[in-house]
Amino acid sequence: MDYYLQILTNVGIFITLTLSLNLINGYCGQFSLGHAGFWGVGAYASAVYGVFFALPVDPALNMVIALAIGFLSAALCGLLIGIPCLRLKGDYLAIATIGFSEILRIIIMNTESIGGPRGFTAIPKWTNSWWVWGIAVAVTIFMLNLKRSAHGRAIISIREDEIAAETMGVNLFRYKLFAFIVGAGIAGMAGSLVAHDQQFLHPNNFNFMWSVCILVMVILGGQGSVSGSIVGAVILTVLPEILKLIGSDVSTWRVSIYAALMIILMLTRPQGIFGPHELFEKTKLKGAA
Amino acid sequence: MSAPLLEIQNVTMKFGGLTAVRDVSLVVNNKDLVAVIGPNGAGKTTLFNMITGIYTPTVGSVLLDGKTLNNKLASDVTNLGIARTFQNIRLFNNLSVIDNIKIARHTRISYSFLDGIFKTKKYRAEEKLIEEDSLKLLALFNLDQKADLLAKNLPYGAQRKLEMARALATKPKILLLDEPAAGMNPTETKELSELIHFIRDQFEIAVVLIEHDMRLVMEIAEKIFVLDYGSLIASGSASDVQNNPKVIEAYLGADIEGI
Repeated sequence: MDYYLQILTNVGIFITLTLSLNLINGYCGQFSLGHAGFWGVGAYASAVYGVFFALPVDPALNMVIALAIGFLSAALCGLLIGIPCLRLKGDYLAIATIGFSEILRIIIMNTESIGGPRGFTAIPKWTNSWWVWGIAVAVTIFMLNLKRSAHGRAIISIREDEIAAETMGVNLFRYKLFAFIVGAGIAGMAGSLVAHDQQFLHPNNFNFMWSVCILVMVILGGQGSVSGSIVGAVILTVLPEILKLIGSDVSTWRVSIYAALMIILMLTRPQGIFGPHELFEKTKLKGAA
Repeated sequence: MSAPLLEIQNVTMKFGGLTAVRDVSLVVNNKDLVAVIGPNGAGKTTLFNMITGIYTPTVGSVLLDGKTLNNKLASDVTNLGIARTFQNIRLFNNLSVIDNIKIARHTRISYSFLDGIFKTKKYRAEEKLIEEDSLKLLALFNLDQKADLLAKNLPYGAQRKLEMARALATKPKILLLDEPAAGMNPTETKELSELIHFIRDQFEIAVVLIEHDMRLVMEIAEKIFVLDYGSLIASGSASDVQNNPKVIEAYLGADIEGI
């Protein structure tokens, strides 16, 4: 039972992560490849609070504080990285974000007081599946409502055509930075959930490979689609577990299966399962991509 | 006398060693319908890009209502009342027709980001208004039946119209059209000329167009500015410009004595 509960929790965490990257990558069209870095910063910051500074209050209240710390610390990193990097476009932005997230990981790796390469242990258990799913649902609603607001439309217009967006009165830098900060912050909250659920963190859980995994979930579902992010996160979190049931060695093939899935997807449906659309919406899907 | 709507004062735009626009001055008044013409590479689009804040002039300045637009972001220039379309249509292709219009309303939104997230009363009231206004605007262009289609699935002529409607949705004082008749057949061009008149009269704004289709230009423009190699070589009414030897030279080449 615990095993299935853990999978359920992981699914919730990855839905949150995928949605947060979808804001940057899918809505705003900024190709960020350093998302695991923000996730890690949020995880470690709220773990530091849990281990060294925890207030003697109810765990639920402490979890709220931890989530806030996770959000703010990652959002701050998003701000610091976003200001110089968002002047870059496409591939260059992707490379810069990889660099920054690796720098963050290496700083964590080399800080002895938070465990360094041995990992950070004895983090208080404050969360459970309810928290994880509560956050996942809240972020889903946030993303859906954002999409239908003027501010969300402005962000999406940047993805469609930067010059046209600018000419329609959208301040490019401000909205890109907004997407970057909020996306990073939400990833930080997911980090905080991981820290207080698993009670153990290791820097390598936030390396480049994980940034790619989250990106794959976004692309599989469809960039810009909330429904897509959820489906992508569910498929790619549950799939390795199913493979594990079939044969014990298969899970080590996870990355190869990702690769195979992506190749098949790119050949047959390059826009992802949903494209930029949602499960229920009135825009005519005919010829959509 | 109050300042003219748009005043371009001695602007020069250099890209490295290339001078794309050289010392051009011109004035557009309220409700004017003017055209900027010139051979390819004359600097017409560069001029538009300077007016809309995509480029800042190397020398000189662009004034709207007497206030300089130099060093303003393109998005701020739109807020101040200049809208444009593009030579190669730039719609938000993967969004619905009506969303294209709604995005243009962006700068006139008064509800906050949090209003949008929590769907407050203010958000719902204003979104309803935006929806209605957008549909009305689309109806003027006969696009309201296509509001829920993706922009890229519209036929070419409708895309051009949508781009104009979108520019108008920003509530400009002046509309810049970059080659609106490009790729249109004579019937469509005829419709376009009616449409441009309609826009000017309905919205009571100035319209500036760049155009290669001389029939359209001569038919609708009240004033024409001719650019060649970045310099303003002539300006005036259609007949003035048609008979100007410099213009004929720019388009047809000069007579060379003794050949």
